[in-house]
Amino acid sequence: MEALSKIVKAAADAAAGDEKNIAAAGSAGFAYGLAAIGPGIGIGIIFGSAIEAMARQPEAAGMVRTTMFLGIAFTEALALIGFVVFILLKYA
Amino acid sequence: MIINSILSFEFPPINELLRWKDVVPGLNKVGLIAVASALIGTLVFLSAARKDPKVAPKGTRNLAEVSVEFIENNIIMQTMGRDGLGWTPFLLTLFLFVYLCNMPGIIPFIQMPATARMAIPMFLAVLVWVVFNVQGIKHQGFFGYFKSVLFPPGVPKALYILVTPIEFISTLIVRPFSLAVRLFANMLAGHLLLVIFALLSEAMFQARDKILIPIGVLPFFMLVFLTGFEVLVAFLQAYIFTILAAVYISGAVHPEH
Repeated sequence: MEALSKIVKAAADAAAGDEKNIAAAGSAGFAYGLAAIGPGIGIGIIFGSAIEAMARQPEAAGMVRTTMFLGIAFTEALALIGFVVFILLKYA
Repeated sequence: MIINSILSFEFPPINELLRWKDVVPGLNKVGLIAVASALIGTLVFLSAARKDPKVAPKGTRNLAEVSVEFIENNIIMQTMGRDGLGWTPFLLTLFLFVYLCNMPGIIPFIQMPATARMAIPMFLAVLVWVVFNVQGIKHQGFFGYFKSVLFPPGVPKALYILVTPIEFISTLIVRPFSLAVRLFANMLAGHLLLVIFALLSEAMFQARDKILIPIGVLPFFMLVFLTGFEVLVAFLQAYIFTILAAVYISGAVHPEH
């Protein structure tokens, strides 16, 4: 009980602080969490297809790997922009 | 008690992690790392060039030859083909500089990737942007280049209303932006992860409640694991940066038909 009341008190102290900071912290969490969903699925699909292609045609593995990294780089950029927005909301 | 020590754990403000004091006026630790990595790369290749090319390579010469072969076989031949081999010096410099700037992120006592500040990735991205645009203009002519970028062939005429703005934004604005942000955010995220787990294990090991000390082993193992992971990330980001530069240049030199 004591621990619980301490947490509630800490939360209340935070709420007494700057409203804008709280809103920024909350939306920063959402910004990164939401930005990570799509790229997560996308990178999974890219890796799955690349493994399938390499297993079917091992002699083309080098080319498939290069193209796979390219695809990952493009997909991952979305998640990273989410991370930059997170930093901007939290600290800027 | 435990709640107390958890609540008292405070993450330092980001300026403390990223904004360093000047070592000499106008040059802070990040700038120093960037200059040092440029010097190290240059010195390795200068000392490799002095070796006798007729005997079997070893030492720095071996290192230099392996990296040149890596760039030629794994980056240029896969993306630009045989015509692109003239680009080896540019891409090798780009790769080595980015890699040597990334590596200090995991070297003990330095622990700061120079690419985790926006200045270096942004400069490199602008450099790549200028190079591929100038190459496109040089090989296809000013109007020819912008025609092939903005009006890609094989699209129905009416769709150009939609395609042209998208192509303009994606080729001329998003390309350098994403190139810079990808490198910067990857290295910054890795750096912040290392900081978080290092601070957490330090706070746990020094906690007044003795029960927290064995729990501190968990973030410490995570720290060791992430340091290993960062070795991979540092290499992969340099590789991706170089390969994207190669793809952009080859796309500007050889237009789609």
